[in-house]
Amino acid sequence: MKNRTFFWFILPSLITMLLFIALPIISVAVQSLHIEHEAVMVEVKNCGPFGCKQELQVDVEETAKLKQERPLGQFNGLGTYTNRNHLAFTEIGLAWQSSTGVVDFMSKVLNLPFYRALAFTLTYTFVVTPLVVTFGFMIALGVNTLPKKIKGPTIFISLLPMIVTPLIGSLILFWMIDANGILGSTLQWIFEDPDLSLKASPPLTWIMLMVYGVWHSAPFAFIVFYAGLQTVPAETMEAAMIDGASRWERTRYVVLPHLMPLTVFILLIQLMDNFRVFEPIVSFSAQASATSLSWIIYNDLVGTESQFFGSAGATSVLTIIGVSILLIPVLVRTWRDFNQKVV
Amino acid sequence: MFLKTISFVGAFALLGSTAIAGCGISSGSVSVLSNDFPAIQAVTSAAASCAGDGVTVKTNLTKDHKDIMVAALTANPAQYSSVIVSNSTLVTLMNDGLVRPLDEMVAKHGAALSKSQLITVNGKVMAVAFMANAQHLFSRTDVLEAAGVDGIPATYEDVLAAAEKIRAAGLMEYPVALNTKAGWNLAEEFVNMYMGTGADFFKAGTAEAAVNNENGVATLDMLKSLVAYSNPDYLTYDSNATQAEWEAGNLALATMWGSRGSAVLDDEGSTAEVVSGTVLSAAPTWGNGARPASTLWWDGIAISTNVSDEDAEATFVAMMNGISSDVVKANNAAAVWLDGAYMPSPASAGVSGTASGGAAPYPMLPFMGALHTALGAEITDFLQGSESAEQALADVEAAYTAAAKEQGFLK
Repeated sequence: MKNRTFFWFILPSLITMLLFIALPIISVAVQSLHIEHEAVMVEVKNCGPFGCKQELQVDVEETAKLKQERPLGQFNGLGTYTNRNHLAFTEIGLAWQSSTGVVDFMSKVLNLPFYRALAFTLTYTFVVTPLVVTFGFMIALGVNTLPKKIKGPTIFISLLPMIVTPLIGSLILFWMIDANGILGSTLQWIFEDPDLSLKASPPLTWIMLMVYGVWHSAPFAFIVFYAGLQTVPAETMEAAMIDGASRWERTRYVVLPHLMPLTVFILLIQLMDNFRVFEPIVSFSAQASATSLSWIIYNDLVGTESQFFGSAGATSVLTIIGVSILLIPVLVRTWRDFNQKVV
Repeated sequence: MFLKTISFVGAFALLGSTAIAGCGISSGSVSVLSNDFPAIQAVTSAAASCAGDGVTVKTNLTKDHKDIMVAALTANPAQYSSVIVSNSTLVTLMNDGLVRPLDEMVAKHGAALSKSQLITVNGKVMAVAFMANAQHLFSRTDVLEAAGVDGIPATYEDVLAAAEKIRAAGLMEYPVALNTKAGWNLAEEFVNMYMGTGADFFKAGTAEAAVNNENGVATLDMLKSLVAYSNPDYLTYDSNATQAEWEAGNLALATMWGSRGSAVLDDEGSTAEVVSGTVLSAAPTWGNGARPASTLWWDGIAISTNVSDEDAEATFVAMMNGISSDVVKANNAAAVWLDGAYMPSPASAGVSGTASGGAAPYPMLPFMGALHTALGAEITDFLQGSESAEQALADVEAAYTAAAKEQGFLK
C-alpha cells in the first residue's frame, strides 16, 4: 500500500483514537497536577431542628471568584502523586529510617493505601493470568476431542461465566458463599468449622477473589485457544503420529508451538484486564481485605459527598504507567518475533 | 429503580387533575432527586400529585443520589429543581453555591412550617427539614427475657453484658449487629460512638482532625468489643443486610436507622414472634458520657440555584404539599416527622428518645466528608486485629490530612 493511501485509510481511526483515547488521558493527566482552591472559610451560625451552633462554612462568593479566575484549581505539580494517599515518598522515607527490619518496613509500606492496593493488584494479576491461560488451554483441548453432537452445547455452557456481567456474576457468588449460602455452608460442613467465613478473613477473601477471576476469564482463553486448535495442520499431526509421538508429545511439540502467538495475545489481554481488577471487589464488599488501583479511583469518585478529581486522576495515570510496565516484556518479544519473520 | 419511579409518578400524573386545587400551582416543571426510603417515597408521591395541566413532576429516588447531585445541579439549567438533602449533603451543595436561599418562598408559602423546621445558615433559610433520623437500639425483648436480662440496655456496657448472657445461654452465637460495612457505614458507626464521648472531631475553629486521642481509642475499643458479638461477616453488613438479619430472627440487639423501624415492625418479611418482641429505644450512652452515642440527621428540601424562579416556586409549593400535615397523618409511622400533626408511635420511639436524650446532630462542616471517608477506609485494620488503635487513628488523620489538602481545607 502506498503511504498516501495508507494515511487516508487510517485517518478515521486516528481521529477517533485522538478524540476518545488520547484527549481524555491528557485531560486526566492535567487534572491530576491540580488541587482545589484554598477554601475561604467563614464562621457562621447554623440553626436547625436540633438547635443552633457556630460552625465553619465555605464562603461561596469568595471561592467562586477564585474558581472563575482559574477553573482547574491550584497547580500542585506532582504533589498529589507523592502525598500519603498515593506514592507516599515522605512516609516511605520515615518508615525506612524507623524500621527494625525488612518485615517491619514492608508492613509499614503495606499500611499505606496505594501500596496495599498495588500488592493485591499485582498478586491478582500474576496468579490469575497464568491460571486462566492454563485452564483455557486445557478446556479447549478437552472440548476439541468431544463428539460433534455435544460439542455445541458444551461450548455454550463453558462460555456462560464470561457472558454473565461481572458485577452480577460476582454478586451471585457473594450470596452463594455467605455463611447461609449453599457454598458457604457446604464449606463449613466439609471443614466442620461453623465459624468459617470466606468474607471475614483477608487471605480467604483474596483466594475467593482470585477463584472468581479465573472462573470469569477462563472461557475467554478457552474460546481463543479452541479457535486456534481448528487451524493446527492435520499433515503435521499425522506425521507426528506416524513417528510414534504420544498424545502428550503431540500437544507439547506440535500444538503448543503452533498456538504460541495466540498465547501471547491472551497473556497481553489478560495482563491488562487483571491489572484493572475492580468489579468483584465491589460486589464481594471486599474492600476491608482487598483493594485494587481501580477500586481506589472508584472510591475517590463515588460514595463520598465530594469527589477527589485530582487524586483519582493521579491514580489513573499511575495505573496507565503500571499497565505499560507490565506489557513491556510481552511487547518486546512480539516485536522481536515480528522482525525475525521479516528477515 | 428509575423506571419504576417514573411509572409510579406517571400513574399519579394521571390522577393529578383532582389534586390540582390543593396544590395551587398552574405551571412549572418540578423534578426531585432524593434518597430512597418509605418516608421519602410518601413525600415525593404526594408532591407528584400536583402534576396536571402545565405542571410536570418527575422524581428520581435512588440511594446513589449523593454521587450524581453535584453534577446534576451544576448544569444550567439544573437537571433537578429540588434535592432532598440531609445535614451532610446540604453542606456539599452549599460549598458550590448550588442551592438557593428560601426566605422569600417560606414567607409566601410556608405558613404551615414551624420555625424549628427551617435550616438557617448565617441567617438565611437554605433548606426546610421535614423529618428526623438517627441510628438507635433495636432489641428483641423476648430473647432478652429468655436470657435473663432485665429491661432494655441503656448503655453499650449493658449491651455487651446482655450479648454475653444471650451467647452463654446458647440462644444466639452472634446476637449483635451494627451497620459495619467497610466504608461509609462503618465510619458512621465510629462517628456515632465518638459522639457519645462528647468530644469534637476537629480542633476548634480549624480543619485539623483531632480524633487520635483517648476518646478515639476508647471508641475503637468499644466498637471492637461489640463486633466480637457480631457475625464474622460484619464488615459486609449494610442497612439492608442488618434489616434482613433482624427480620430473619438472627439478631437480638442491633443499632439500625430509625427509618428502618416501620419496615421492621410491619407484618411483611418477618415472623409474628420477631415483630412482637421488637422494641425500638434510644441509642445507648457509654463510658462516662451522658450523650446518646448517635448522630441526629434531618432530611429536608433544598431548591436548586440553576433553575428559573418560576420552576423554583412551583417546586417549593409542590414539596410543601409533599410534607403537609395530611401526608404526615397518612404516613405517621414511616418517620419521625417534624410537622405538628405528627403523633409519636412505637416505630419512632427510638429516634424521639435519642433526640430527647440530647444526642448531637451530625456536624455540618465542609470537611467532615473527607474525615468520614478516611475513617471508613482506615479503621478496618484495627477491627481485624492487624494494628493498634493508635496506629489506626494516626492513619485516619494522615489520610484525612492528605485529602483535606487536596480539597483546599488545609494548607
